[in-house]
Amino acid sequence: MISFSPTEEQQMIMTMVRQFAAGEMRRIYRECDENGEIPGSIVDTAWKMGLVSSSIPEDYGGLGGERSTITGSLIGEELAWGDLSIAMHILCPALLAYPVLEMGTETQRKRYLPLVCDEKYKSATAALIEPRFGFDPYSLSTTARPDGNEYVLDGEKCYVPLAAEADVLLVYAREDGSGQGFIVEKGTNGLLIGEREKNMGIKALATYELSLKNCRVPKENRLGGEEGCDFAGIMNCSRVALSAMATGVAKAAFEYSRDYAKERVAFGEPIASRQAIAFMLAEMAIEIDATRLMTWEAAWMLDRKEEATKEASLVKAYADDMVLMVTDRAVQILGGHGYVREHPVELWLRNGRGFVTFDGMAVV
Amino acid sequence: MIDFELTPEQQEEIKAAQEFAEEQFRPVSRYYDEHEHESPLELIDKMWEKRGESMFRLGLDPAAGLRTEELCWGDAGLYLCIPGPALGGAAIFLSGTKEQIGQFLGKFNEGKPKWGAMAMTEPHAGSDTAAISTTAVRDGDEWVLNGEKIFVTMGKRALEDSDGFVVVWATVDKSAGRAGMKSFVVPAGTPGMRVEKLEKKLGIRASDTVTIVFSDCRIPFDNILGSPEVKKVDKAGTKGFKGAMATFDATRPIVAAQAIGIGRAALDFVKETLQKEGIKIRYGVPRQKLTALERDVMEMEANYKAAKLLTLRALWMMSQLQPNSLESSMAKTKAGLAVTRITQKAVEIMGPLGYSRKYLLEKWMRDAKINDIFEGTGQINMLVTARRVLNYSRDQLK
Repeated sequence: MISFSPTEEQQMIMTMVRQFAAGEMRRIYRECDENGEIPGSIVDTAWKMGLVSSSIPEDYGGLGGERSTITGSLIGEELAWGDLSIAMHILCPALLAYPVLEMGTETQRKRYLPLVCDEKYKSATAALIEPRFGFDPYSLSTTARPDGNEYVLDGEKCYVPLAAEADVLLVYAREDGSGQGFIVEKGTNGLLIGEREKNMGIKALATYELSLKNCRVPKENRLGGEEGCDFAGIMNCSRVALSAMATGVAKAAFEYSRDYAKERVAFGEPIASRQAIAFMLAEMAIEIDATRLMTWEAAWMLDRKEEATKEASLVKAYADDMVLMVTDRAVQILGGHGYVREHPVELWLRNGRGFVTFDGMAVV
Repeated sequence: MIDFELTPEQQEEIKAAQEFAEEQFRPVSRYYDEHEHESPLELIDKMWEKRGESMFRLGLDPAAGLRTEELCWGDAGLYLCIPGPALGGAAIFLSGTKEQIGQFLGKFNEGKPKWGAMAMTEPHAGSDTAAISTTAVRDGDEWVLNGEKIFVTMGKRALEDSDGFVVVWATVDKSAGRAGMKSFVVPAGTPGMRVEKLEKKLGIRASDTVTIVFSDCRIPFDNILGSPEVKKVDKAGTKGFKGAMATFDATRPIVAAQAIGIGRAALDFVKETLQKEGIKIRYGVPRQKLTALERDVMEMEANYKAAKLLTLRALWMMSQLQPNSLESSMAKTKAGLAVTRITQKAVEIMGPLGYSRKYLLEKWMRDAKINDIFEGTGQINMLVTARRVLNYSRDQLK
């Protein structure tokens, strides 16, 4: 039966996350962006909400709740509304946890899932993007070659969130023409973490380049063992997560510029009472809602284990365009005030611009 | 629970609408586009016989939207020819009394095919509905109507070809502005009401669009919908006007669903043609590797989906009895824009096949444009959306 209403439980989670976003994230996000740092305390506070561990079975130390991409999307939007860098930092361990939970072998689950169910936040991450023009997740340059009881990984990665801190990394590489995941523990020979990256946006989130040079991992570290993983499925989860987050960033920018437009007086009236401004805001609101609904639909399909590459990639592309349109207009509505760092809209524009690049940097 | 699943019954009903559209509308689609003022009598009789079936009933829930999409995928002009009370019926249903509903809508269960119409627009009042100048003056047990209404969809079928009715918006007190605006049911055959000027249109040519002139047209006092009193509470409006607006909240998403049906027809045609040519649309491929054609098709598909989901949400809210003024305006705005763009782009992509009258695509482009105009132009819907988004009155945002 068609319905657009989250369950009561989902609404409770949304309220909890929204309060955290409004109270905690919004208090410090500008400072985080300026300093390039996220205080451990806010991450710990967020971690206590159990946003990742809630959907991991009790056997592995989790809370045993239902794993739902829809719920994840709702959380992703609320967190990103608070701040995108902090949101990505908080959800970073899921980059390892969810693929291991869904596609990992029993040994992999037992070994790695308890890590993300610890009371203390522990970093884990995934490496997908590669530093070259024309990057395509479906034809990775990083290679995995079987050699005896090991796999040998070679290649370059970038935009790897929290790579330096992470105890475990899930590295995606090409093996026999298809994308597979390989679990690489911190300190493995041949895993070289590079300098922290300097990006236009998400400045508070620590991301790194890394090199894999003759990096050898045991055969059992191949995600899903002999069966391997459903790489397209992981990509679709990521597309949905990023679309939800883009919706959150856009909503933040929309709300701020709407409120500004109602206060800012020019020619004797609030600028919002001019159609040139009001129509921009109306279109922003329409496109934000449209993106959210498309995100929900793709998430719903993923929850039903349906093939959703079409839906997930359509909404991701739509969300990429939408968040840029909305954040750009938010800056435009504030005019000169939008360009200075006293107001947050320039930050949202910088963060929003990144979505088209962020492949596989979040999953729900 | 967020859910996009249709019940088996809904799926059946949607499928039935799809089949009807394909078997009954598509084969005659071009003919009635080229023979503008001819009536598809056989088809009308067939639809009238089947009037009890869900696809021909006016519904205001997501499944009704999806059935409407299917029928308009077949032909949007023929869709408007479906005998029944249509938008006029919605107005009666939403603001009439039980007695009025029985009196005016009861006859739609029997006899020969008939239609209901709605008359709002005047030569000098389009989107500015509060500026209408048709008057209704009380005279004892009657109202006397005087004025001219234009662009009345299916007015000829309702009033000349059948024993239908038209809901007319008129003012009972010009000095009261919007507060004086009321709606009245005028049955076919009422003396003093004349159907004039059958419009020749860009698209939806199977439907008729007429001018109706009222000169000392007398109707019973009880034919007013809602209260006859003029309450000058505030300038913003009273029940009469709000009745009109409530009707729009209900009907805009259905009009959006009509638009979406045309959009999907065009999209299907493009995709089928590409498939025949062996051209595959590659989903999930990075943007910089996509061809311009793939980008265009994906953008069309995404816009179709965006419009459809906004429409389903507005209808779902309606079915949950939640206020949906914002959401229904959003849906209509997006749908009008989306299908105008989708169909125009489709004509471009198909090149000589798109522009030729040998295929229906050029017709769909012409048909689609009406959705950016009737039941509120794209701009008026954007204005309504903006007011809702900003929580502004019409004085604060003109």
